[in-house]
Amino acid sequence: MNGKKFLVVATGGVLGLLSVYLVKMGNPANMGYCIACFLRDIGGGLGFHRAETVLYMRPEIFGLITGAFLAALVTKEHKAVGGSSPLLRFFLAFAGMVGMLVFLGCPVRAVLRLAGGDLNAGVGILGLIAGVFIGIQFLNRGFSLGRATAQSSVNGYIFPLTAIILLLIVLSGAVVFFASKTGPGSMHAPVLVSAAAGLAVGVLAQRSRFCMIGGLRDFILFKDTHLLWGFFALLIFALAGNLAVGAFKIGFAGQPIAHSDGLWNFMGMLLAGVSVCLLGGCPLRQIIAASEGNTDCAVTIIGFIAGAAFAHNFGLAASPKGVPVAGQAATVIGIVLVLIIGFAGAYRTSAASGGVKLGQNG
Amino acid sequence: MDKMVDARGLLCPEPVLLTKKVIDNLGGGVVRVMVDNNAAKENVTRLAENKGWGVEAALEGGEYILTLKK
Repeated sequence: MNGKKFLVVATGGVLGLLSVYLVKMGNPANMGYCIACFLRDIGGGLGFHRAETVLYMRPEIFGLITGAFLAALVTKEHKAVGGSSPLLRFFLAFAGMVGMLVFLGCPVRAVLRLAGGDLNAGVGILGLIAGVFIGIQFLNRGFSLGRATAQSSVNGYIFPLTAIILLLIVLSGAVVFFASKTGPGSMHAPVLVSAAAGLAVGVLAQRSRFCMIGGLRDFILFKDTHLLWGFFALLIFALAGNLAVGAFKIGFAGQPIAHSDGLWNFMGMLLAGVSVCLLGGCPLRQIIAASEGNTDCAVTIIGFIAGAAFAHNFGLAASPKGVPVAGQAATVIGIVLVLIIGFAGAYRTSAASGGVKLGQNG
Repeated sequence: MDKMVDARGLLCPEPVLLTKKVIDNLGGGVVRVMVDNNAAKENVTRLAENKGWGVEAALEGGEYILTLKK
């Protein structure tokens, strides 16, 4: 195993083990990390939605951003770039988040749920793979978000520095933001533990380019297993950890913060899969890239938070009781819109995209 | 003239896709790929090496020029 592959495996392994530990320390079950859930909680903590049970400024996310930012600074990889279809990215993130909240988790949590014995997550992961497969068809036919260009350096600092300021406020213990008194939002590891766990994964993920979607995509596209190693490392280490602490419980019914409606677990993650495949990376990878100075990815994160707020303000998000009809409708509408974007992007040649048309050089 | 692939400003997987189309079509020769971030450099290098191409990287003004030979 070469050094780079080791880093990918280490990132997945540390992410998996820390997830089990964070649950032990107070995070909701099978939710040591969940980028979608945590961004939704942060959206609630900031008051963009007021769903009483999911309001909390998750320090893991701010730690992730800080860790990736510092790692990028040290390795001189921090660079302000942007201008590659920011609004389109915002929309794809928004739609993808609705899908993830219908399933109840991002790709990372899907694997963590499976590692906890939640077989509904297996159905979700099949949906995710189907979504990535569809996304790849658009990529192969020329879908491109276009070129980013260098921006003045201040652009690249806004996202990570905002996160660091928010982290400092949270660490200070000042009661500034909204926080749940009941439900998943009220369940959390001690703030310092969460922040440190985020920081560690942020550094590793920045160095390794760890990406859940990248693992599936590169395997299907190029038969390249490099990033897929991380996907499996996450599964195996989290599974081993759960078995060790007795947190493994196999089945479909009664799984923590999950529902057993197979159709919508599949469809929600299919929507997420197409969206993030077109975005070029899973929510975790988007956070890392935004921390490295990519302002398009920062806009993507804002899209995720906006999508989560919308999903909770208008009753689209699932709960352990199931998926509301509005959420089912939103998933179908989301899939249709994302497919339209895929087709439109794949079959037009646009000078406005910077002239990027896959195959133009071929 | 050597084949050029301009993948500057693109995030993965696009640099790899662009490169793959070119090297699959050529089968051999010299291809120069321009990228401007380390992730793209690593991904293109991995693809080319997996397909049996030799890769040399040169840094020029914050951008990499990868020379692929087979």
